[in-house]
Amino acid sequence: MKHVAILQFPGTNCDLDTKYAFEKLGCTTTVVWHKETDLPEETDLVIVPGGFSYGDYLRSGAIAQFSPVMQTVIEFANNGGKVLGICNGFQILTEVGLLPGALKRNIGLHFISKFQTLKIVNNTNDFLQKCDKDEILNIPIAHADGNYYIDEAGFKELEANEQILVRYSDDKGEPIIVNGSVTSIAGVCNKNKNVFGLMPHPERALENILGSDDGIKMLEGLIA
Amino acid sequence: MTAIVNIFLKEGVLDPQGKAIHHALDAMDFEGVEDVRMGKQIVLKLTSTNKDDAMKEVTKMAEDILANTVIEDYTIELI
Repeated sequence: MKHVAILQFPGTNCDLDTKYAFEKLGCTTTVVWHKETDLPEETDLVIVPGGFSYGDYLRSGAIAQFSPVMQTVIEFANNGGKVLGICNGFQILTEVGLLPGALKRNIGLHFISKFQTLKIVNNTNDFLQKCDKDEILNIPIAHADGNYYIDEAGFKELEANEQILVRYSDDKGEPIIVNGSVTSIAGVCNKNKNVFGLMPHPERALENILGSDDGIKMLEGLIA
Repeated sequence: MTAIVNIFLKEGVLDPQGKAIHHALDAMDFEGVEDVRMGKQIVLKLTSTNKDDAMKEVTKMAEDILANTVIEDYTIELI
């Protein structure tokens, strides 16, 4: 049985949804307060969940990067441990430098909260191994700062190393502009493919009766 | 000593808030505005009395947390 550590900062609000999701998928979980300096010894996977850590003060994710637990997570990731950042968690992982690029204010300045179709760009990684390349998934998004930016050299590197995970797309897989992200990028991973980040919320797509269960095959990849 | 740190999105990085302000100014018939960039200003009261030391320290603060140098530039003014 895999053990999932879910970080909790002041202002995190997706910690319990994420806990529910991984327990539904058969994992044991621990919610880890940001002041902790240790992760549970049996941790297989760390999730930096969504929310508004520190009220998004200064920049989304900017303050959370200096929480004691993040130093431990950096060490865990550098030793090959798997880390997934969802929404605010993605912002935190870019701020801390575990993922390339940065997330800016949405191009239309609105907070966008809706179901969104996504296209799987690369599945040559643990996270999306259960998804098909070019598969279209329906996953909720809920963010104001999801406008992914990376400079041209960085973008070329992402493409060359198959680090682009998902793009916002229509239901035919054509990329669409949702928040202004460079080439409609919705999620990326690091070069070693053990740190992942995305703006959409797979933990909110577990039941068809609530709109979609496409999140299951995303999360399942990380605990396979 | 006081340090004023101004932070702006880098030239070439689209500034959605600046653009929205520009649109609003246009709508209000303020003509002659070519471009609007929006940033933030952080004012720090320092105990240091040495300008060189203060500049060094505030530069480190800007690099480490105040700005995200992937997308932002900053200027520091000491008074």
